[in-house]
Amino acid sequence: MTERLFEGADWDFHTLQRITDACEEVAFKDLGLDVYPNQIEVITAEQMLDAYSSVGMPLFYKHWSFGKQFAYHEASYRKGLMGLAYEIVINSSPCISYLMEENTATMQTLVIAHAAFGHNHFFKNNYLFKQWTDADGILDYLDFAKNYVMQCEERYGRTEVERTLDAAHALMSHGIDRYPGKKKLDLREEEKRAGRRRQHEEEVFNDLWRTVPKGASKTRSAISLERRRKLLGLPQENLLYFLEKSAPRLAPWQRELLRIVRHIAQYFYPQSQTKVMNEGTATYVHYRIMTKLHQQGRITDGNFLEFLGSHTNVVFQPEFDDQRFSGFNPYALGFAMMQDIERIVTRPEDEDREWFPDIAGKNDVMGVLRDVWANYRDESFIAQFLSPKLMRQLRMFHLHDDPEERAGIRVDAIHDERGFRRVRRELARQHDVGYIDANIEVVDVDLSGDRRLILHHHVIKGAQLNETDAKRVLQHLADLWTYDVALIEVDANDKVLREYVVSPRPIPAAA
Amino acid sequence: MAIHIIDRRLNPGGKSLENRQRFLRRAKSLVQGAVKKTSQERDIKDVLEGGEITIPLDGMHEPRFRREGGTRDMVLPGNKKFIEGDYLQRSGQGSAKDSGPGEGDSEDAFRFVLSRDEFVDLFLDDLELPDLAKRKIAQTESEGIQRAGYTTSGSPANISVSRTVRLALARRIALKRPRKDEIEELEAAIAACTDEDERVVLLAQLEKLKAKTKRIPFIDPLDIRYRRFETVPKPVAQAVMFCLMDVSGSMSEHMKDLAKRFYMLLYVFLKRRYKHVDIVFIRHTDRAEEVDEQTFFYGPASGGTLVSSALQAMHEIVRERFNPSDWNIYAAQASDGDNSYSDGELTGMLLTDKILPVCQFFAYLEVGESGGSAFDLSDSSLWTLYERLRNSGAPLSMRKVSERSEIFPVFHDLFQRRETAQEKAAP
Repeated sequence: MTERLFEGADWDFHTLQRITDACEEVAFKDLGLDVYPNQIEVITAEQMLDAYSSVGMPLFYKHWSFGKQFAYHEASYRKGLMGLAYEIVINSSPCISYLMEENTATMQTLVIAHAAFGHNHFFKNNYLFKQWTDADGILDYLDFAKNYVMQCEERYGRTEVERTLDAAHALMSHGIDRYPGKKKLDLREEEKRAGRRRQHEEEVFNDLWRTVPKGASKTRSAISLERRRKLLGLPQENLLYFLEKSAPRLAPWQRELLRIVRHIAQYFYPQSQTKVMNEGTATYVHYRIMTKLHQQGRITDGNFLEFLGSHTNVVFQPEFDDQRFSGFNPYALGFAMMQDIERIVTRPEDEDREWFPDIAGKNDVMGVLRDVWANYRDESFIAQFLSPKLMRQLRMFHLHDDPEERAGIRVDAIHDERGFRRVRRELARQHDVGYIDANIEVVDVDLSGDRRLILHHHVIKGAQLNETDAKRVLQHLADLWTYDVALIEVDANDKVLREYVVSPRPIPAAA
Repeated sequence: MAIHIIDRRLNPGGKSLENRQRFLRRAKSLVQGAVKKTSQERDIKDVLEGGEITIPLDGMHEPRFRREGGTRDMVLPGNKKFIEGDYLQRSGQGSAKDSGPGEGDSEDAFRFVLSRDEFVDLFLDDLELPDLAKRKIAQTESEGIQRAGYTTSGSPANISVSRTVRLALARRIALKRPRKDEIEELEAAIAACTDEDERVVLLAQLEKLKAKTKRIPFIDPLDIRYRRFETVPKPVAQAVMFCLMDVSGSMSEHMKDLAKRFYMLLYVFLKRRYKHVDIVFIRHTDRAEEVDEQTFFYGPASGGTLVSSALQAMHEIVRERFNPSDWNIYAAQASDGDNSYSDGELTGMLLTDKILPVCQFFAYLEVGESGGSAFDLSDSSLWTLYERLRNSGAPLSMRKVSERSEIFPVFHDLFQRRETAQEKAAP
C-alpha cells in the first residue's frame, strides 16, 4: 500500500509538493497530459479579491473601474452573498495557479488537479489558445502595459489617460480580431508568385480574348468608393483596431493605449469561447486524478467523500424551473459531455455507433479526448459531440420566444428523435460568440466631406441595441474619432431600423 | 518537471488600494452625497465607524453595446411534460422565460463598504475653519521628512539596493575581480587539457584567480549606501477653539444631547483636520468652569444661567494663554437661548468689546425642543441679542436646531469651505 499524501485537513508546503507530484504522475502516466511548467501560489482571501478586480491577472494597469470591481466584490463578500473561488489559474508559461489558504488538504488536491493540470493542459493544447494567446509573453506584456499607462499619466495627465481608457474599455468587446489575419508574404515569395503568374498568363494566352466585348465599366465614383474602402481596410469589425490605425487626430500614445486594450481583449477572447470545454476538461481531469489517487490508497475514504461533496456541488445543474437556475452550468455540461464521450468510446450502444461512427468503440479514451480538447471550441464541440443519450438525460428542450406570437412561447423541439438535431444545433448556437456579441462594423468614412464615420449593426432576430448604452458607447467612439459617428441598425434585408448620430464632446481646456 | 510552490500570503496587501482611491475620487460627489445622507440616520459614534453606502450607478456606468428584445431561442434542461408544438403562457414571474440566462437587469444602485478613514475624510472633506489668517510659526513646529541623497551609514531598512549594487559592480570592475565565467572557462580548459605541463600552468592560473576572488568580495561594506532623509521644519498656523456649552437646568436632556452632538462633531473635525488646534472646553450654569473633554461630554451638572460667566471665563483664558496676535481664535457656543434678564447687557458688552474683536469666527447654535419648529417660536433673549450684533457686522454665525437630523446639515453649513475665506487664508 502506498503512503497517504496527507491525513485530515491540514497541509503545509511539503504536503503541497507531495500532492503535486502525485497528481503529476497520474496526469502524465494515465492521462498523457502535456502541460506548461507549473507555478503554484498560496494566497489569502484579500489577495483573491485583488485578483478578482484585475481580471485574475497578477499585475494590471491602474484604472478606476478595477477599483469599482473591487469595492463591489468586497461588499458582496463581506455580506456573505458570494463565496470566493477556490482557485484562479492564468494562461501563461509558467502556468500560475492561485490557491486559497483556507482550502483543506483535499480541496488543495482537487484544485491542483483541476487548475495546474486540467486547465493547464487545455491552455497549452487548444487551437484557439495557440492561435490567439502568447502564454510566454503575457506577463511581460502586462508589465509593459502597466508601466506604459503609468508613464502616460505622468506625461499627459491622469484625466486624459483615463478618458482614453474609458473609451477603449467601452469598445473592448469590439476590439477583437475574429479571424487570424492574412500573413504578409515576404518579398522573395512575392517575386516568385509574380513569376508564376506571368508564366501562367503566357501559357494560357489566347489573342481571341482581346476581341470579346467588355461589360459596362464601373462608374468612377463606384471605383473610388471601392478603392477608399479598400485603403481603409473596410468593412472592419475590430473597432479598436480601426481607430488605432485610422482615427485622424489621436496622439501616438493614445493609439498605443488602444492597442494595449485591444491586445488584452484578444488575449481573453479564447476563454469566452471555450468556457464549457475548458471547465469540462479541468473537471474531468480532476475527477480522474482524484479517483486514481483514491484507488492507489493515497487519499483516505473520508477525504475522498469530502472531494465528492465539492465535486457534486460544482457539477450541479438545476432544472429550468428551479429557483437556482441561471442557464447551463459550464462545469456540469462540460463534465457530462466528457464523461459521455468516455462512455461512447468504451461502451457504445447502437445509437452511438450511428451518431458517432468515428469514435464509438475506439477504446482509446484519452486519445479521443485529447484530440477533442485540442481542436474544438464550445460551439463546434457541442455541435459535434452532444449525444442523444445526454440530451435525454438532461431532458433538454428548445423554446422559441417570438414577441409577435400571441399564443405564447413555443416549444420548438424536445429530446426526441425528431428534436435531437435541432436541440443540439440551437445549444451550439447559444455558445457561438458570433451570435452572442452584436455584429457591428465600420462600413465607410466620408473622407472628402465631413469625415463622418459610418457603422452598421446587423440586427439578428430583431434584437436591437439598448438605446442608452449604445449612445454612451458611441459618445466614447466619437470622442476618439473626433468627428461625427453614425450607427445604423439594419436587418437582414438592409432595411434601416434605427439610426444614431453622435458628435464628439469638446475636450475641456484644463487638460 | 520543476514545480514552484510560492507562499504569497506575506506579500504586501492593499494591491487594489490605488484603484479603489481612483474609483472614490471619480465618484467623489456621489459618494459624498451618500455619506451625508447615511450620516443623518446614524448615531455620531457610528458615523465615525464608516460602513456601507449606496451610490447611484449612473455616473460610474461602464457602457457596452448590449442587445435586447427580438425573438429569443433558448435550450433549457429539465423538461417534464412539454412536447414539441406546445405553447407556454407568458405569465410574468415563475414561468420558464424568466429564467433565461444573461439578461442581468442593470443595477441602478451600487453598494459598497467604506473604511472608517475614508468615511470621515469624505464626511469632513468640504469643511474648513474660516479665516485661518494669522499664521505664526509655533515654537513646537512640525517637522516633515524629505529625501536627501545617500549616506554611508544608516538603518538597514533604508539600504539602497540599486546604489549599493552599482558601487559594488564598479569596484569589482576596477579591481579586476575575476568573473564567474572566466573561472568556469578555465576549469573547462583544465578538464579538456591533456598536456600535463600546460595543465599545471592552468591550475596555477586558476588558483590565482580563485585567490583573487576571495580577496575581493562581491559586496564590500564599503559599497553599502543608505538613503538619507532630513527633516525640514514646516510652519503651522496656531488656532484655538473655544467650546462654550450651557448645561443649566433649563436645557432639557434632548437639548443637551443636541449640543453634545454638535461639539462631538466639531471635536472630530478639528482633531482630524488640524493637528495643531487647541481646544478649550467651557461649560457653564450660572458659573463657568473649564473642563476636560470627558467631563464636558459626559459629566452631569445643573443650575441657573448666566451666559456672561462663560464669556468672562473665555476672555480670561485668552488673556492668560492665547495672545490674539499669535493665535487664530474660534468659538462655538451652544445654548437654549435662555439668559437672565440682568445678564443681557453684560453679555452684549463682553461680546462686542472683548470676545468678538479677537475672534476669527464665532458660531452660535441655539438648540430647541424636539417637535417644535424652531422658527415658530418667538426669538429667545440670546438670539435677539446676537442677531443685533451680527447686523452690526460682527463675525457671527447663528443657527437653530431642534432635531437630531438637523445637526449635520447645520454643522456643514457653519463650517463649509468658503471660497473667499480660503483665498485670504492662503499665504
